[in-house]
Amino acid sequence: MSSLSRDDVAKLAGLARIEMTEEELVSLSSQFGMILDAVARVQEVDLTGVKATSHPQLLENIARPDVVLPSLSPADALAGAPAQEEARFRVPQILGEAE
Amino acid sequence: MIRQSATQMAEALADGSTTSVELTKAHLAQIAAVDGQVKAFLHVDADGALAQASAVDAKRKSGEKLSPLAGIPLALKDVLAQRGVPTTAGSKILQGWLPPYDSTVVTKLKSAGLVILGKTNMDEFAMGSSTENSGYGPTFNPWDLTRTPGGSSGGSAAAVSAFEAPLAVGSDTGGSIRQPAALTGIVGVRPTYGAVSRFGLIAYSSSLDQAGPFGRTVLDTALLHEVMAGHDPKDATSINAPVPAVVAAAKSGDVKGMKIGVIKQLQGAGYQKGVQARFDESLQVLASLGAEIVEVDCPNFEYALAAYYLIAPSECSSNLARFDAMRYGVRTGDSDGASAEAVMSATRDAGFGREVKRRIILGTYALSSGYYDAYYGSAQKIRTLIIEDYAKAFTQADVLVSPTAPTTAYKIGEKVDDPMAMYLGDVATIPVNLAGICGMSLPAGLAEEDNLPVGFQIMAPAMQDQRLYQAGAALEAALLTKWGAPILSKAPVLAGGK
Repeated sequence: MSSLSRDDVAKLAGLARIEMTEEELVSLSSQFGMILDAVARVQEVDLTGVKATSHPQLLENIARPDVVLPSLSPADALAGAPAQEEARFRVPQILGEAE
Repeated sequence: MIRQSATQMAEALADGSTTSVELTKAHLAQIAAVDGQVKAFLHVDADGALAQASAVDAKRKSGEKLSPLAGIPLALKDVLAQRGVPTTAGSKILQGWLPPYDSTVVTKLKSAGLVILGKTNMDEFAMGSSTENSGYGPTFNPWDLTRTPGGSSGGSAAAVSAFEAPLAVGSDTGGSIRQPAALTGIVGVRPTYGAVSRFGLIAYSSSLDQAGPFGRTVLDTALLHEVMAGHDPKDATSINAPVPAVVAAAKSGDVKGMKIGVIKQLQGAGYQKGVQARFDESLQVLASLGAEIVEVDCPNFEYALAAYYLIAPSECSSNLARFDAMRYGVRTGDSDGASAEAVMSATRDAGFGREVKRRIILGTYALSSGYYDAYYGSAQKIRTLIIEDYAKAFTQADVLVSPTAPTTAYKIGEKVDDPMAMYLGDVATIPVNLAGICGMSLPAGLAEEDNLPVGFQIMAPAMQDQRLYQAGAALEAALLTKWGAPILSKAPVLAGGK
């Protein structure tokens, strides 16, 4: 039986940048055992020598001529911004006070 | 008028017996009458639709040559960006967002003259199988308003089956077109991966996502498929090849000599009795039309569900990192001195629902160092084995078939607290997505025990989408003769509606 503790879930939530209530952490950790058991079935098969598929197609790089094409106007690009200032995205502080 | 097929509506438009404005008004009236019960739409764009409709009418009047579906109304899943029209992907985190651009699918719909009635409800970011995970409340199945229409494209499927629109667009990452089509008694197709551009399709799992058509008949669905598909330089995974001749195939509908492979692993135990009975009956119909039925073995399909629920969450944990409250979407907790990281975390807590959080956390875990090989790495190898199973099966058969979903529509709330039970509903549809091939669901009748629709799934190799329509049209025609009337005529008429 796999399991993930409340603290494990809290760490993952931190990595994923999702604040979680205590109730959410506990409920997710209780569901995870069952989900991990189910997905761990991929380990039941002998996969020696099997190649991994990351994508259903053979991907290749595609290039186009390097010419300037129209793109979004600054007004369009900023139209959905949660906050803006002087025709720029305004974002919360990313560095500490002293920096 | 609204109970006709899109093909019949197109004929009426061509011979002048109706106009697109009339058709659009009739559908807007149906939406006004029944959508309070069905809740298929998140946003109805009446003004935009009527403007598109009168533009098409003017072109027709001036004698301009129009495409076959010009002037026909359509419902669009809220996962596709449409310039200036609210687009949320069913998530609170995108509430109020007005895309500054059109997705390629929308560009193609507009240039073919289709009239977009509005945006349909869906499981948040297409993560779910019942439309109950929408941030804006569930959609209700027109066959029985206490049941789900399936998902994640439940709003689109419900709109078509409730005669709110003759056609709809959905997206299918693990069955999200085929399963709701099955549960609402309509036709739905997931085209070959790369056949329809993903530009402007809000990403859930990029290697699995594909937009596709819904209709009430196989031919209607083919006509919409032809409009949506085609190479797009804006999508690096778009296939640069001609669109398969799906409309011609839907019109021919001949299965004489066609080899139809029944997948041993996708039937029997775990499938509702009435679902299995309708499936078996459809097989007999196909055999009586001259198809050769063979059984094929796909031993690794047993692990498809496990592989999917590692690959899709892993890709989603990466894709959804873009919702960081900086450039668009909702922002929460931006008070004086709050750090960018704190604002991001608070926004993602408030903006994402439970299932989205669950999948992001699962994906974050599956991709974390120390677990990567055991989970994500193994799942990718299972994916290879499933592709090989299909390749072998397609040497024995032209198309493969199975029931679309193991059960008919279930009650709202029945599985919402049991994620594994919900995931099991995708067992028959997921292998198609993992292999990047194409699949269709079409109505096979009603299950005896509950009188609810059952879906018959047809699968074909990549870029052989026409085979789905060829076999589907043959089965549809034979079943229609047997039933005497389309399956939707057996659905209850909704209060106030037509």
